[in-house]
Amino acid sequence: MTVLSDMPSSTLVIAPLLVPLLAGILLLLFRARELGGRRAFSQVAVVVQIGLALGLLAATQRGDILTYSLGDWPAPYGIVLVADRLAAWLLLITSLVAGFALWQACQGLDRAGRHFHVLFQLQLFGLNGAFLTGDLFNLFVFFEVLLIASYGLALHGGGQARTRAGLHYMVVNLAGSALFLIAAGLIYGLFGTLNLAHLAQLLTTVPVDNLGPARAALLLLLGVFALKAALLPLYLWLPATYASAIAPVAALFAIMTKVGAYAILRVSTLLLGPPAGELAGLYEGWLLPLALATLVVGMLGALAARSLGRQAAYLVIASVGTLMIAFGLGGREALATGLYYLPHSTLSAAAFFLLAGVITAGRGPVGDHFRPGPDVPHAPLVGALFFLCAILLAGLPPLSGFLGKFLLLRAALDHPGWPWILAMILMASLLGLIALARSGSLLFFRSAAVAGERRPAQTGERRALLPAAALLLLTLGLTLWAGEWLEWTTAIADELLQPRNYIQAVLGGTP
Amino acid sequence: MSMTLTLAVLLPFLGAAGVAWGSRLGRPTAILLALLVVLMPAILILSLLDPLVAGETHLEHFAWLPAAGLNIAFRLDGLGLLFAGLILGIGALVILYARYYLAAEDNLGRLYAYLLLFMGAMLGVVLSENLIQMLMFWELTSLSSFLLIGYWRQREDARTGARMALAVTGAGGLALLGGILLLGRMTGSYDLSIVLASGDLIRAHPLYVPTLLLILLGIFTKSAQFPFHFWLPHAMAAPTPVSSYLHSATMVKAGVFLLARLFPALAGTWEWNHLVAGFGMLTLITGAVIALFQHDLKGLLAYSTISHLGLITVLFGIGTPLAAVAGIFHIINHATFKAGLFMAAGIIDHETGTRDMRRINGLWRAMPYTGTLAMVAASAMAGVPLFNGFLSKEMFFGEAVGVANAMALGWLLPVAATLAGAFAVAYSLRFVHDVFFNGEPVDLPRHPHEPPRWMRVPVEILVVICLLVGMLPALTVEPILHLAVSAVLQGPPPVHDLAIWHGFSPAVLMSILAMSGGVIIYSVRKPIYGWWDTQGGRVDFRRAYERLLQGLLTLAGRVTLWLDQGSMPRLLRLFVAVALILGLAGWWGSGSPLTGPLTLLPLDAVSLSTGLALVLAAIATLVWHRQRFTALILVGAVGLMVALVFAKFSAPDLALTQLSVEVVTVILLLLALFFLPQTTPEDPPSPRRWGDAVLAVLAGLGMSILTWAILTRPYESIAGFFLERSVPGGGGRNVVNVILVDFRGFDTLGEITVLALAGLAIFALLDKLRLSGQRVAGPATAWHWDRHPLIVASLVRLLLPLALLVAVFILMRGHNLPGGGFIAGLITAIALIMLYLANGVAWTHARLPDKTHPVIGAGLLLATLTGLASLLFGHPFLTSTFGHVHWPLVGEFEVASAMLFDLGVWLVVVGSTLLILIHLGLMSDASRDGLAPGTPVRGSGAGRSAGDSPPGPGC
Repeated sequence: MTVLSDMPSSTLVIAPLLVPLLAGILLLLFRARELGGRRAFSQVAVVVQIGLALGLLAATQRGDILTYSLGDWPAPYGIVLVADRLAAWLLLITSLVAGFALWQACQGLDRAGRHFHVLFQLQLFGLNGAFLTGDLFNLFVFFEVLLIASYGLALHGGGQARTRAGLHYMVVNLAGSALFLIAAGLIYGLFGTLNLAHLAQLLTTVPVDNLGPARAALLLLLGVFALKAALLPLYLWLPATYASAIAPVAALFAIMTKVGAYAILRVSTLLLGPPAGELAGLYEGWLLPLALATLVVGMLGALAARSLGRQAAYLVIASVGTLMIAFGLGGREALATGLYYLPHSTLSAAAFFLLAGVITAGRGPVGDHFRPGPDVPHAPLVGALFFLCAILLAGLPPLSGFLGKFLLLRAALDHPGWPWILAMILMASLLGLIALARSGSLLFFRSAAVAGERRPAQTGERRALLPAAALLLLTLGLTLWAGEWLEWTTAIADELLQPRNYIQAVLGGTP
Repeated sequence: MSMTLTLAVLLPFLGAAGVAWGSRLGRPTAILLALLVVLMPAILILSLLDPLVAGETHLEHFAWLPAAGLNIAFRLDGLGLLFAGLILGIGALVILYARYYLAAEDNLGRLYAYLLLFMGAMLGVVLSENLIQMLMFWELTSLSSFLLIGYWRQREDARTGARMALAVTGAGGLALLGGILLLGRMTGSYDLSIVLASGDLIRAHPLYVPTLLLILLGIFTKSAQFPFHFWLPHAMAAPTPVSSYLHSATMVKAGVFLLARLFPALAGTWEWNHLVAGFGMLTLITGAVIALFQHDLKGLLAYSTISHLGLITVLFGIGTPLAAVAGIFHIINHATFKAGLFMAAGIIDHETGTRDMRRINGLWRAMPYTGTLAMVAASAMAGVPLFNGFLSKEMFFGEAVGVANAMALGWLLPVAATLAGAFAVAYSLRFVHDVFFNGEPVDLPRHPHEPPRWMRVPVEILVVICLLVGMLPALTVEPILHLAVSAVLQGPPPVHDLAIWHGFSPAVLMSILAMSGGVIIYSVRKPIYGWWDTQGGRVDFRRAYERLLQGLLTLAGRVTLWLDQGSMPRLLRLFVAVALILGLAGWWGSGSPLTGPLTLLPLDAVSLSTGLALVLAAIATLVWHRQRFTALILVGAVGLMVALVFAKFSAPDLALTQLSVEVVTVILLLLALFFLPQTTPEDPPSPRRWGDAVLAVLAGLGMSILTWAILTRPYESIAGFFLERSVPGGGGRNVVNVILVDFRGFDTLGEITVLALAGLAIFALLDKLRLSGQRVAGPATAWHWDRHPLIVASLVRLLLPLALLVAVFILMRGHNLPGGGFIAGLITAIALIMLYLANGVAWTHARLPDKTHPVIGAGLLLATLTGLASLLFGHPFLTSTFGHVHWPLVGEFEVASAMLFDLGVWLVVVGSTLLILIHLGLMSDASRDGLAPGTPVRGSGAGRSAGDSPPGPGC
């Protein structure tokens, strides 16, 4: 960390992009080297990224917004990277999830296909880039990077189910990319800029003659982001893809939907805040109902799921719904809640995927299907971890899932439609509770009921559980220091609700 | 700040882990540890007794989520003390009892761990000052109850019962959360001290009724009130110590505890009286009646518990201070006698191996001692004088009579109370008579005898309490009752007299009626049983619940399947529809004109004909899309038309790029097509296809309209800056290229990463894929008999150096004239593709390095390092520099660092394109037939041997 503090703060902004990019390139060039070395290198790269994210967190904590002009071209002409509290927060969450996912992958699954570590690092390049960039077209580029990298990762391990799900994922997301290009093109055609801060300035004075195309373009952009975030009805690519990916990849993907959510949040606070006049709050009317429906549909899916992977995938969808309810409600409290809920949902979904991987491997031929099968190795321990995960994901006390839900409900009470919101969130919670109680009792209660099969089908080492267990331990931090974290996310929300600072940081004195 | 209470609540949680671990040292250690864990909180709580007796409420407070009003806060007042006593006291007895109850093969440590977990949660419920925190512990009791009911995990009824209890109480918990949130909204705090003091505010608030309903939902589900009572009998699948502890003495009392707790805040309204008393009365009657008909010993006790919980609920519903006293009193009494009865039932079950009262008869001879204990407890349950149940029941009758005059339909209550009393007498009689007398045992699995000494001790203790309280209430129970009632009422308790005989009153009359009525009912039981078994048993809430759950599951399945059919066309359809709706909604009502103010350019023949050709080619693609080969060529034509359009509108770079991209794409698609069916199967025309057509046309129209709208509006952009700064700042006259490698070089870096990734992803995909041309495409796979025609092969070999020269030229001049790394890369790739196509992989590999990965890696590295170099000079990443050198013969030549970057682009484009191409080509076994059998294909890593399969596409 001393190295970090010596580094000029501007370098700190680009470093989270250069580290995974260079790591990916070097891993590609040294792909023939011994696996152990490559694993260590990949892991070190992720640890460095965690350190960098922490450094950025520290640097942005007091409200400084760091910018980085690539190629030394001033904004809005060149591409600018912007690290504010929100970006730092998301970088940290990303790198943490990546660390644990990589840990589990290095236990052997990385051998199941080619170039795992290259794809993994470049995926991180894409994710970090999406969070840091202050430019709409550059955001598109990073969406592409993470899309293609995730496609490669989703296929990792091969097989019909993966290839099929991967195809659907790829095709629909390419359609999404096309729409992104269209929207970006329309916006550039109208405003002549792609720099987000510059756009924010220009959007304050849209003549009524241009209002129609501007709104259409911005809403098309919402469509793209909603697809990435897996918001109803555009979530359909997610369940099969996540359910068929190997566990560490699915765990890393837990952050992917958050990219869409992030983009929605960024655009709706930076571009569509109160100064945007006629355009202000353009997304709000859409988000809340869609988010509520997503939550319910996600929980129904979790209830209907017949395998653990699918259930986990639908729980991710439900968590997207919850998150977007918070963002859709808007306002300081709701945003702070959403930003508290975000790491919770990401980390616990990742832990659930990692755990599901161990369970699937341990159940032998039955896999992750909800059928009676042999006991998982170390069943009591796995059961306890599953129970923890279920408590987190169903939003039960006393863990962060409950706190997030509680905060969200509190924030929802300020909305005129609160009875509906309250009812739907509570109903969805009940669905999640029933779903997880069913799957848990099927996997852990009933397994022993299969006569003569008390013996585990596979022998597994206890260390296979370590990544999931450690990740769960980490989420406990969100519970124990909930007050501190909420203070921090409230600070992020405050910054988001004052986009003037962002604009000033990027454009400086330019009009 | 004192943290005595906090510790007292947390200790059982820590202890649970300790006991789970310690139990491997043997049962004696486990029981000692567990009892120790119970003892410590008890001591801690007792240490706070003095100020409590003096009338102070002990509070502890730690900040947790202060911004949301959620803090760790505990309070100890009389009500909390009473419940804590019940929880710890009965807990200790249950721990002792379970040691003897549990079979040797059952895991005692796990049971203790769960029990202690529950104990901690329950203590948390009764000692919480913050209501949200209380709710958290409340839900934890549901969770630990889930684990405890499912303790015998191999039993189906245990799993079902556990899930049912969790679903019902969990649903209630969620409702309660909603209610507490509303309470917090009204009072501005979740702290009991404030909420309890704001009763008037709450009752006058417009949100009072929804709040009350939500909270009551939580209470009724937890305390098994009608119509949510059905989960409790099914929770009896738990081991009997659990039933005794959770499902009679403590957890189910959490609901009525909350009634007492929130009494000052919520009680005293019409809604409260009618809802609470009404549902309580229904529960009282339902439970009492059904209890009589249970043949299962624990079933009888479970329904009796439901009935008694109803009784307590009625008392709080009546809402007078005296009724509250009676309610609290009955909580104590019921906990003692019912826990004792459950333990007795457990002993009987343990000794006989069954719980069916039709088989267990005449146990008196075998177990007189246990029989005596059970009879004492049963008498208390029936409300026989001199036992504790009698006292609170008399008070209940008295209050019921009081209501008769105060409320509309109030007369119902004494009638119901008497009736329920009669049934209570009847089922208590049945419990005693059926089990200990009534003939001989029927075919018992085990031969019964008295249980081990220490298994009886817990029952003895409880029975002694029943008797002591029943005979000397003022001496035994009055102090704690006084404290508890003061806490419930938040004031001094009303004058009450805990005497056995108050003189003759309506209550006494009701008692007599109930007693004699009970005896009469029991004496005519046979015909009633018969009636029940054929008729009455039909009303089954469990079945309703299961239908509801099944319906929910079906609904979930249908909704999920209806939405997610795993169909890609559907996915795309939805996406296009969403885009269309969003676009329309965006424009709708904006008042913007469709056409902007710009004047249109005159239409010239070239544009018109290109446009028309473009449209025709697109339509032709649609028409012939089933012939995939034809369609592909037509798509290529569309692409070429687009290139022409670019050329027409003075974008030579774009035209060049488009042209080369189109060529490479078509070649790669052709290769891929080899492995696919050559025609698309015909779908029958259906409404859906027409729908798709309409959707597609609308989306196309929408796109056109938007484009029209944008293009007819004035265009002011930052592009002027690029034009201005291209030469002085970027050192290049080709602005497009300077944008690509300099102004927005970072985008390009991203895009070449995408290209590299695409190559790697396709490589990884193909590496795992096992399919061969002929299997997929059928027999007619050889597209041509001569795979490498001599003329083509020779021509391509000649052309290669020329093509490469052109590529280098394009690369070098890119900074100033149309060209650049991307186009040069594509041209190089095309040249090499031609070489592969004309001569085959084997021939080419023999002459060219076939490793593409290093090329991609080197390209990316070069581009990145070029960017990093500027960091060394203290400039941001990707800052470019340029200078002029004088080359002999060539003359003045400009060198820009961006050109190195462009070189990286070039390498990545060549490498990735070839990687994809080679591995697609290698997919067919035939393409490797030139390689020696068993030769590993370099670069692919897959050592597949070349088979003798028919030839595939020449590659």
